[in-house]
Amino acid sequence: MAHEHKLEIFRGLWKFKSNTQKIWGVLAFLTAVTAVEVALGILKPAILVNTDILGMKLLNWIFIILTLVKAYYIAWDFMHLRDEKSALRRAIVWTPIFLVLYLIFILLFEADYIYNIYKDGYVAWEF
Amino acid sequence: MDTTVTSGEEEKVWDGGNRPLGASYGKLMMWFFLVSDALTFSGFLASYGFSRFKFIETWPIADEVFTHVPFFHGNFPMYYVAFMTFILIMSSVTMVLAVDAGHRMQKTKVVWYMFLTIIGGAIFVGSQAWEWATFIKGDYGALETKGGRILQFVNADTGERAALADFAKTIPEDRVNHERKNGVWYYEGESLPSFSMNEVVAGFSANPNILIRTETINEEGEKTLLTREASLKKIKDATLVVEGANLVRNEYGSRLFADFFFFITGFHGFHVFSGVLINIVIFFNVILGTYERRGHYEMVEKVGLYWHFVDLVWVFVFTFFYLV
Repeated sequence: MAHEHKLEIFRGLWKFKSNTQKIWGVLAFLTAVTAVEVALGILKPAILVNTDILGMKLLNWIFIILTLVKAYYIAWDFMHLRDEKSALRRAIVWTPIFLVLYLIFILLFEADYIYNIYKDGYVAWEF
Repeated sequence: MDTTVTSGEEEKVWDGGNRPLGASYGKLMMWFFLVSDALTFSGFLASYGFSRFKFIETWPIADEVFTHVPFFHGNFPMYYVAFMTFILIMSSVTMVLAVDAGHRMQKTKVVWYMFLTIIGGAIFVGSQAWEWATFIKGDYGALETKGGRILQFVNADTGERAALADFAKTIPEDRVNHERKNGVWYYEGESLPSFSMNEVVAGFSANPNILIRTETINEEGEKTLLTREASLKKIKDATLVVEGANLVRNEYGSRLFADFFFFITGFHGFHVFSGVLINIVIFFNVILGTYERRGHYEMVEKVGLYWHFVDLVWVFVFTFFYLV
């Protein structure tokens, strides 16, 4: 288990000679993604801010997707899930994903409902 | 007892030392802990999302709250948090390198990489403490209305935020802080802000170039700026001078924003802090040669899993607190 590492990322597009090299490669990738996030956060391009997809700004969707990409590489290469048996990997990854998606779905819908109650109700909140 | 009578093969199964899913007991238990901890953090972040969607029109804009970098003056949104993120990712890298060196039984390398990881963690915790101190101190000051809404001030000539000190008048008046010893029920009053309500209102009336900014976010995604007439009317609703942040009120806007900031970054900071402590324990174990004698460095790998998890959580906190 411990001594065999899968030495390619991006589905084999980027191959490394040793585990150490792979670690530095992943660091370079994660740093690049963070730099893109920060640059977008500071510039806030108008096209991305003004486009709405599923009730959220396109820019925020990009941030969330990039975050998930980073999370994937941290879990797969730093926490070496890539080298674990697939049953263990799936048990670890899909359990929280399922529960968290459910939680987010419930809470955000409820929050939106409360927002509308505050907005359309007859009680003043701004005073 | 029964196992001693049964066949040798079953004895092996029940005697322990099994590795289901190809992972040792310790590693499996670490993963159990990490999955449950991930659910705890998800609960916090989802409830943050809940409160934010509930007050979607009035939530503070993170870029305007976290604008400071130590030793530099000026407006630098996000730079420092990006630096903190990089530090944490970097310390994750030295941790993987330590684990990797451990697999190859290179003790000196493990020691050095563990040392660098601890340093990275310490820098991160220190940065977070600084971030908290800056957040608690506040920068411009604001007024709170009867309904608990925050009114901030903007200089109409420059369009920049105006601090209370820029326009408030100093009126000779007696401001008494209620102390514990004078109270019937031995409660202390809240500490007095630098300016009283009267001083802020007098200063505001005397400076026609100061406008009020409300919490409401307009179509352009910015906070609504009132006209001078509307500002003069609005300031009559104010009841309190607010400087900085605590768990009850804060000058940045929605009260829940500060509560979640303290709670989520605090819980994460506590994880980093305990991670540093565990790393130090393992660091000394490595130096003493404990794992050399044991024949494997799996303990470094386990503590590494925890350390990467802390990094993983920060990636999400960074996105949902500072970016989105």
